[in-house]
Amino acid sequence: MRTDVRAREFAAQVLPPLVVGVGFLVAWQTWIIVSDVQPYVIPRPTRIWSSFTGDFGLVRAASVVTGTNALVGLVLGSLLGFLVAVLTNRFAIVSELVNPLAATVAAIPAVVIVGVLNNMYALDSQIPRRIMVTIAVFFVVFVQVAKGLRQNDATQMELMRSYAASPFETLRKVRLPNTMPFFFTGVRTAAPLALIIALVSEYFGGTQDGLGSKISGTLSGSNKALGFAYVLGGAVVGLLFFAGSNLLEFLVVPWRRRGRSG
Amino acid sequence: MENQMTASASTFVSQPAVVVDRVSKIFNKGKTNQVDALTDIEMVVQPGEFISLIGPSGCGKSTLLRLIADLLAPTSGAVTINGKSAKQARADQDYGMAFQQSGLFEWRSVERNIELPLELKGWDKVERRQRAAEMLELVKLPDFAKHMPWQLSGGMQQRVAIARALASHPKLLLMDEPFGALDEMTREHMQAELLRICNNTGTTVVFVTHSIPEAVYLADRVVVMSPRPGRITTVVDVGLGRNRTELTREAGDFFARVTEVREALRGIEATAASVADDLRTRGIEDR
Repeated sequence: MRTDVRAREFAAQVLPPLVVGVGFLVAWQTWIIVSDVQPYVIPRPTRIWSSFTGDFGLVRAASVVTGTNALVGLVLGSLLGFLVAVLTNRFAIVSELVNPLAATVAAIPAVVIVGVLNNMYALDSQIPRRIMVTIAVFFVVFVQVAKGLRQNDATQMELMRSYAASPFETLRKVRLPNTMPFFFTGVRTAAPLALIIALVSEYFGGTQDGLGSKISGTLSGSNKALGFAYVLGGAVVGLLFFAGSNLLEFLVVPWRRRGRSG
Repeated sequence: MENQMTASASTFVSQPAVVVDRVSKIFNKGKTNQVDALTDIEMVVQPGEFISLIGPSGCGKSTLLRLIADLLAPTSGAVTINGKSAKQARADQDYGMAFQQSGLFEWRSVERNIELPLELKGWDKVERRQRAAEMLELVKLPDFAKHMPWQLSGGMQQRVAIARALASHPKLLLMDEPFGALDEMTREHMQAELLRICNNTGTTVVFVTHSIPEAVYLADRVVVMSPRPGRITTVVDVGLGRNRTELTREAGDFFARVTEVREALRGIEATAASVADDLRTRGIEDR
């Protein structure tokens, strides 16, 4: 009985997006066949798929390069954002200095910095791209964690004072756990951003082995199907990032799992 | 005062649980938004006594509780708890505290919530767990040790908060409208439970409320306060004995005390209203 209900709930969750997705692909395929769109304009989904499976080695290699850049930047940026937010919260004056600065730097079109960094490192270095991702992720996570640290429950704070807890004990036992949901909101927001920045930063020179360079290279040529296969590779990496950050939140912030209310 | 008389008449003079000695509290002193929250408060609470603080909002009853807890410092005067300064008493965790919000830590299970004050005192894990189990027994939630706070009802959460406040066996319990957010039925049930716990443990309680029946049902003495500036106007001796039941709520004596407190409060309003009228007739705006 209960498994029956569960199966029905699962179907109700999974079926609608599945139907829409498949419907979209079918419509795409039909449109191309009916209107006789040439493959060098837009390829049909079946051709993209066969290109994806046929040239899987190429797609995977490029995805690993860009995915690694994005992941390294995501991890470093998240850790740095978290750390700096805690420090600025601990010392009030620092936060008044850093917050406007953070807003200003975040407003600079970030990829411009890659051009500058490319001149500083070797031509085949991935470091400029990783730095770029780190900077972008840093601000997203920093803003969220800073917000979380400012939102403390007044009763919990008074309780900690009544226990004569030191500022460090209060930070460790109350403020940090309180901030974790905010931290993961930041990481989840920053994950797709990290991938986009890693992709786009490849347009500004450096080695041509990542998804960004491959996509721009192949899409301007005639083998559009391979170009779209690279795009599909990027989508797979993006999904992995999404799933990964959600799984991490699920594991680290178990008290937020409370059923429907989230 | 009567309680001091009986205390000094006994064979040894026991130390008062709380002494509030000419305490005043002024917020934003010297600024345009200065507030005289409390003026010249004198109060002595005997060990094992249950005191209710009642008064209209803005009378400073919560401020007074926070001065006793050393969460705020008095502008003048001093608070002594079991012969120690309030500051020392807080450092030694000599009191437990509960608020209107349970303030449970949602990432900690029920038992780990109760253990937190002990953790900060440096108790080892076995002792902590043992005490938490004992406290859950006391508040009649022995089967909920591993539950998370959000799995409990509001009344159960408040019981856990009380268990946590009593975990280190403090002699003094400070409560700021702890049942204020509960429905009437749960509230009456919790009042009876609190009395049972205090009778079993001999804990001294200072209890802030703005419910007249709650103040009378729980307390040995009801301290009535008036606002602007906050001061104590009347102290009502309840004298209903220690074994109060649901029948107490329907007793004539109970109603007599409720009326007494209500009239004391009404006196405050009447004075405030006549002062306002007086000012108005003289063409002065009452803020």
